[in-house]
Amino acid sequence: MQTTLDDQQALAELNLSRVRPFQLREYPGLIRLCSILLFLAIWEYYGRGVDPIFLSYPTAIARAAVQVTASGELGQQFLLSMKAFVIGFGSAIVLGIGVGLLMGRYRLAQYLLDPYMYAMDATPRVALIPLLLLWFGLGIWSKVAIVFLSGLFPILINTFSGVKTVSGSLVEIGQAYGAKEGQIFRKIIAPATLPFIMAGVRVGVGRAVVGIITAEMFTAVTGLGAMLIVYSSSFATDKLFVPIILLALLGVALTEVVKALQSWLAPWKESERAESE
Amino acid sequence: MLEIRHLSKVFFERNDPRRSGLVALHDISFQVQGNEFICLLGPSGCGKTTLIRIAAGLLRADKGEVLVNGRPVIAPGRDRCMVFQNFGLLPWRTVMENVEFGLEIEGGPREERRRICQKYIELVGLQGFESYFPHQISGGMQQRVGIARALSKEPDILLMDEPFGAVDAQTREQLQEELMKIWATTNNTVLFVTHSIDESIYLADRVIVMKPRPGRIREEVKIDLPRPRWAVDVRADPRFAQLRTRIRELLRG
Repeated sequence: MQTTLDDQQALAELNLSRVRPFQLREYPGLIRLCSILLFLAIWEYYGRGVDPIFLSYPTAIARAAVQVTASGELGQQFLLSMKAFVIGFGSAIVLGIGVGLLMGRYRLAQYLLDPYMYAMDATPRVALIPLLLLWFGLGIWSKVAIVFLSGLFPILINTFSGVKTVSGSLVEIGQAYGAKEGQIFRKIIAPATLPFIMAGVRVGVGRAVVGIITAEMFTAVTGLGAMLIVYSSSFATDKLFVPIILLALLGVALTEVVKALQSWLAPWKESERAESE
Repeated sequence: MLEIRHLSKVFFERNDPRRSGLVALHDISFQVQGNEFICLLGPSGCGKTTLIRIAAGLLRADKGEVLVNGRPVIAPGRDRCMVFQNFGLLPWRTVMENVEFGLEIEGGPREERRRICQKYIELVGLQGFESYFPHQISGGMQQRVGIARALSKEPDILLMDEPFGAVDAQTREQLQEELMKIWATTNNTVLFVTHSIDESIYLADRVIVMKPRPGRIREEVKIDLPRPRWAVDVRADPRFAQLRTRIRELLRG
């Protein structure tokens, strides 16, 4: 029996050709780019024939985008939306993680708080907007409140169920090695729950964007949501597309940021995630 | 020395209207001498895992007590270390960081910790893999990490809860042999839970055969096969076959 043969030698002996035939499916970026260009071309071609009140077309939208950007309107409204988003979502992250950890670890906290958690999560956030407007007025704080409530529950529930999932086996390892409660939180529960927390943040980001736009459309005073209402009621359809596209890009960008954070903070979950996706 | 005295444990089902309860352990008593290797053998439900968890201090007994060197066990302690069935590694820690976990909890200087852990990583044959994450190495290697972590605290008693139950048959035999070699140098007292008859005969000085419902001791079998058992193929020894037949009968009856 030959025992000295290693992988490299085996590969050399087989002398396989390294040239693989061209296969279109191995170039996903190229396919996507072609798809988008084709879509834009068809839209441009047929869009020009439609009444501009109902549908605009890419070059007209681009022109409108330059216009609203140059006037400073888009940037200003975008910043107003983002300000409320950052304050609201930031507090949702802090409170969601904190309360979720407590509820997951301590039964008393769980039973005291979970009726509200489930009831609030089941209530459509839109239904709360009129009430929140009444309480916080038309300014930034009603938007902050709606972003907070939209983002909070996915994070809270994910953190909570994450702690529940890890609490059995992994916590026991800590206990077996004599870890104190603080060490169990720091060295076991926090890192073990991190992937769950990040999954919650990912869902929460989407909900929070929906929340802020809905709130702004209700008040129609400031932000991208207000722009949507103003342009649609004045039939400026080309301009109406600008905040829509910006929101689409924002959604994609935020999701990508959270994904990058996920793989940075929880690299040991990378292989599992790759399998599930 | 480890002493189990009249140990009983009952589990109550939460939704059981009669509150009848499941008697996991019923009046278990035995002693383990220093440097002795004991296997607890029995079918699932015989309470062997419950017993080892009580000995580890992870579970409270309802009656009776566990004494380690004459002192009753009330909580986990540094004189006993546990090796878990599903390895119990922390997936976000590297091999080195996992082995360090036990000493890290205790505190103490980092350099000293590293030195001790490096020694045990080498003892279980994992040098070169210190910076790997658990998901990057095989099941057999993961359990070596679990063993190194337990040994790094240099405990008097090593508690092993079906440690080789989750690896394939060949890896299992290899790990059994390595455990024997390691044990020959460290000389811990070992309480080893298994449901494999062959594993128990190969490893143990005494096999405590248990039976379920309620969990109790069926009989103690002394394994008088010579050591070291890896030098010759002890599994081919006719006495090995006799012991296997005897224990199998005990488990049936």
